[in-house]
Amino acid sequence: MTTLIEAPPTDADGLLPSKKKKSGGGLGEYIMIRFLLIFPTIFILVTMVFFLMRITGDPITAAMGGRLPPEQLQERIHAAGYDRPLLIQYFEYLAQLATGNFGTTLSDNRKVTEMLATYGSATLELTINALIVALLVGIPFGMIAAHRRDHLPDAVLRVFAILCYATPVFFAGLLLKLTFSVWLGWLPVAGRAKTSSELALTALQAPTGIYWLDAIRSGNMAALGDVMAHAVLPATALGLLTAGIFLRLVRTNVIGTLGRDYIEAGRSRGVSEFRLVTKHAYKPALIPIITVMGLQIAVMLGGAVLTEKTFEWQGLGFQLANYLTARDFVAVQGIVVLLAVIVAVTNFIVDIVAALIDPRVRY
Amino acid sequence: MSTNVPVETTVDHRAPLFKRLPVISHFNKSVGLQRGMLVIGLVLTGTFLLTAIFAPLIAPYGYAQLSDADGSFPTQEPPGGKHLWGTTVGGYDVLSRVVWGSQTAVLVIVVAVVLSIFAGVILGLVSGYMGGWLDRILVVVADAIYAFPSLLVAIVMAIVISGGQSSLFGGVLAAAISITVVFIPQYFRVIRAETIRLKAEPFVESAKVVGASSIRIMSRHIYGNATRTLPLIFTLNASEAILTLAGLGFLGFGIEPSSAAEWGFDLNKALADTTSGIWWTGVFPGLAIVWTVLGLTLVGESINDLNDPRLRGRKKAASGKGGPDSTAAAQAAVAAEVRGS
Repeated sequence: MTTLIEAPPTDADGLLPSKKKKSGGGLGEYIMIRFLLIFPTIFILVTMVFFLMRITGDPITAAMGGRLPPEQLQERIHAAGYDRPLLIQYFEYLAQLATGNFGTTLSDNRKVTEMLATYGSATLELTINALIVALLVGIPFGMIAAHRRDHLPDAVLRVFAILCYATPVFFAGLLLKLTFSVWLGWLPVAGRAKTSSELALTALQAPTGIYWLDAIRSGNMAALGDVMAHAVLPATALGLLTAGIFLRLVRTNVIGTLGRDYIEAGRSRGVSEFRLVTKHAYKPALIPIITVMGLQIAVMLGGAVLTEKTFEWQGLGFQLANYLTARDFVAVQGIVVLLAVIVAVTNFIVDIVAALIDPRVRY
Repeated sequence: MSTNVPVETTVDHRAPLFKRLPVISHFNKSVGLQRGMLVIGLVLTGTFLLTAIFAPLIAPYGYAQLSDADGSFPTQEPPGGKHLWGTTVGGYDVLSRVVWGSQTAVLVIVVAVVLSIFAGVILGLVSGYMGGWLDRILVVVADAIYAFPSLLVAIVMAIVISGGQSSLFGGVLAAAISITVVFIPQYFRVIRAETIRLKAEPFVESAKVVGASSIRIMSRHIYGNATRTLPLIFTLNASEAILTLAGLGFLGFGIEPSSAAEWGFDLNKALADTTSGIWWTGVFPGLAIVWTVLGLTLVGESINDLNDPRLRGRKKAASGKGGPDSTAAAQAAVAAEVRGS
């Protein structure tokens, strides 16, 4: 991302009118306000999930109901304090959260923080991989579409972009699985790695939990190959979803930039059309991608739930579906809080980066 | 499906009234590639709607039918013969379930979008017009929901409403409400922004001077002006509603198979089949989703492009504003967020 920051849109040619429109409040103030806005977002989501989950009943009945006699059930509910007034429970929960105590899951009795760390890294790996796919597909194809505007490649790529959006991640995953794993037999069907490489990687000193990173660090090339083979299909399924959006964004922006005066100047000096697109027009077009990338994080996390289910990728989404089925509210709340924090912080970072690049945003 | 009459044939009648109808006027404005995309979108959407309406006539069997006069259906039967698209592991006829699924999809879309427009428009009008602390709270809550992965919001709502699984009516309603919660913030934002803009217009002020009540100003003067962009959001949201419904079904928080056919649920069941090379249980419902979403998206996008004069004039050179303007547009939401709260 840092390389993108160095390319503000106005400096590309130095010919554009300088934007020194003064609009109250400096960058520092903007960052402060934006930072403070993180907290209400997280707070509201935590509150909503807490009360929504409690509407359906208390966690113990939900998890154990039917399996225990009513008296024992009551005893356990009382012992856990779920029969007290809701507001007291709520404030207690908030106090717990403030000290970083997320509690223990009800269904498999694990510390929520530990659970989040284990599965969070798997989801992080999937999201990073998918983002790489999205950028690798979206940016070059978007530039090609803009370059060949209104010709066959453009039409094909635009249809491809819409198809990317129209295909649900899990259907894309199913098709990929069917083609590359079942019929061609090139890639593994599901999971993050073979059991042997999984064991080798988790046995490492201070593993990051991101398998390919761990494999590279330990120099375990066999495991790296295995992990990569497992990562290809899920990353493609999830990445294509975002790739379509990036493609269209790059296309629109490159087309917009291609009509600018400095491009016309370059053209009149005999710079080739291809070079204009790849060298001069694409940089300003990449800036909106940063903003959209932030907004896409939410889409990607939602898509990750479906992708993980499709490929039995043991991440947050996969576990979230399991915990929801088991009505394990403590675990669900933990996951939601983590996702809320990720989304809020990402949006914060993206806004700051956008403000650094484009001063018009700060007001 | 080949029996369906393409929708765009009606467009050729150049009756003056026809010309002014939304989609038809857009069609007349379009040229070349853009017209092609609009037509394809209309055809796809048209077949989807017709399939939903005539599902009882098209589908060879019921969606939950497991046997006929000749006995039980075979399980995991490949396509061909009595079951054109094969049967599932549970013995359902794939073709019938795909056809009936379109009905479920239409129901959910209509209920979800109507509910969210209703709630979103009212909240947006009140919030934008009244302002004050109510406005602030609503904006922060809407932004929080908007920022969060919409599928997860829908899942939580589905669990709260129905406990995960339910009948046709309950299931459709639960799915629709879950989707509604996701969409309300979008309508809310659009309507609120428009309302704030319109509030400062002279005609609102003159209504105030004449002595019109707040409710009258909102319902008569602002409402009509603020809701112009809604048809566009409607088409775009309809496709998102289908994807959300399918996502819910795929994760197993949707509608039970015995009470309605739902494509996402069928794909969930088909997932296990793929490893043994059984493709027909998953590919057909999946294609149905893609077909429908593609159609709705193409229509929505085309209308969007045709409404925007800068995007409409396709053969002319770009206006030279695209780059920074789009940046600003992408960041406008952020700006509104900061200002609003």
